[in-house]
Amino acid sequence: MKRVLITIIFFLLLILVWAALTGDLAFMGIDIALWSPYVLPPPSTVGQYLWDNTLNGKIPLSMLITLRRLLIGYAIGLIIGVPLGMLAARFRSVNDTLGMLALGLQALPSVCWVPLACIWFGQTEAALLFVVIMGTLWSVLLSTQNGMKNVPPIYARAARTMGSTPLHTLVFVTLPASAPFVVSGMKQGWAFAWRSLMAAEIYVSVVSGFGIGQYLHYGRELQRMYQVIGVMFIIILVGLLADKILFSPVESWLHRRWGTGKE
Amino acid sequence: MIQEKLHEEIHNYPTAKLSVEHVCKDFITNNGSVVRALDDVSLTINEGEFVCFVGPSGCGKSTLLNIIAGLEKPDSGMALIDGTPITGPGRDRMMMFQEHALFPWLDVIGNVMFGLKQKPNLNDKERLEVAKYYLYLVKMDRFAHANIHELSGGMRQRVALARSLAPNPKILLMDEPFSALDAMTRERLYGDIQDVWEKRRKTIIFVTHNVREAVCLGSRVILFSPHPGRVREKFTVNLPRPRNINNHDLADLSQEITSALKGYTAAESD
Ligand SMILES: Nc1ncnc2c1ncn2[C@@H]1O[C@H](COP(=O)(O)OP(=O)(O)O)[C@@H](O)[C@H]1O
Ligand SMILES: [Mg+2]
Repeated sequence: MKRVLITIIFFLLLILVWAALTGDLAFMGIDIALWSPYVLPPPSTVGQYLWDNTLNGKIPLSMLITLRRLLIGYAIGLIIGVPLGMLAARFRSVNDTLGMLALGLQALPSVCWVPLACIWFGQTEAALLFVVIMGTLWSVLLSTQNGMKNVPPIYARAARTMGSTPLHTLVFVTLPASAPFVVSGMKQGWAFAWRSLMAAEIYVSVVSGFGIGQYLHYGRELQRMYQVIGVMFIIILVGLLADKILFSPVESWLHRRWGTGKE
Repeated sequence: MIQEKLHEEIHNYPTAKLSVEHVCKDFITNNGSVVRALDDVSLTINEGEFVCFVGPSGCGKSTLLNIIAGLEKPDSGMALIDGTPITGPGRDRMMMFQEHALFPWLDVIGNVMFGLKQKPNLNDKERLEVAKYYLYLVKMDRFAHANIHELSGGMRQRVALARSLAPNPKILLMDEPFSALDAMTRERLYGDIQDVWEKRRKTIIFVTHNVREAVCLGSRVILFSPHPGRVREKFTVNLPRPRNINNHDLADLSQEITSALKGYTAAESD
């Protein structure tokens, strides 16, 4: 409880400093606006922007468009990445080929795919999805592979002594045993997907719908820093919510029940 | 009808005779040197016998158990069950490990059902009845729907025992199953495992590095020595059952075996 309080006070202070430095506290006699509102807008302006555009439906609509892209790209990344990761864990030849490729490409920030995506797919949804998939796929593949390798070999041995065939062991023992690690990988993949999509939306403007990242881009074009900061808040919020509400509870539940350590 | 089939499933105690003939097994370690885990080991274990393998760690006890389980192949020689060479794992031999190796994604009864589900001649309802019977036998019937992470170490090994017994194997292989437990829990399990053996009359091979544990449980104690792994001596334990680990005669016999064991290890280091 005390720790939560400290966290809240810290953030309130941060906003207070921001407000003080941008003239929001002038009514209290604190008027030390160091920057013009074009450079650093006060919290009130950012709040106003978020409030207005939520009520008029622009932000919710762009969120819908963005989340749709995110889910599709992420799902494709998972559908390809998880099985490939399993193959890489099981077969040395897959590890030495695909695994190496994944290792290399994972080191590449997904925004680097933007130029190629634009040439290959034009200014389309497909270009956005491609960047998201490239950002998700390799990290999902690698963490799934890592997860499968973490399965204690004693499970498979126990299953074999009870008469499990190799296929039965894979489906009913190795797969469930690796669940906590695979979910950790899915969580990491989600974080990568989100970052990739924002990069893609900022650099690729498509007519098929304005995503939240495109609002950030146009905020820059139109010199509206309050819009840029407002959208940044939304991006942070979505990232945090998915992690804290969706993935982390499932992950820690699995690790606890599976006894796979990790607090 | 169902009752009869269950009755037969539960009240039929298959056992088997096991022989190990001139088994050798080498391992290549990470630094490239060869370790002789088993060197010309021969043994015969009779139907329904409770045999303990004792020896310091590294003398090939687990390796021999794995060969009997069919998880590992000998380099030369062979293991036979009722005269038939062992070529792989089979339902006639169940293995219990030092770590419990229970599946945490299944509950207690789900774990006991795992091996039973591979048994073709039963339907699911009968399997459930059989699973319940074995949980009752190891005194875990009240915890049928508990999750594995909620159980203590001793309870987990009881469930693991039920899981190994449920497919009604002829031979039960136990690799230091109690060594990770505290002394109190272990003592209770000594009573229970003897009780189970009285009731089910399986052929049991129990591996331990604790001489007293071996004398408490085994009808015979077989002493191994390391580098290379060999059978050194065999002791017959004629103490009345159920045995208590704190019994005086038991302590004396343990003492005798321990000094024999010390003799080998001292000779090794000379
Ligand atoms: N998979 C393996 N790879 C290499 N060496 C092994 C392997 N399994 C066992 N050994 C070696 O074989 C010897 C006997 O091992 P083990 O059967 O586990 O002994 P015990 O169970 O009596 O402690 C040891 O020296 C061990 O290091
Ligand atoms: Mg061992």
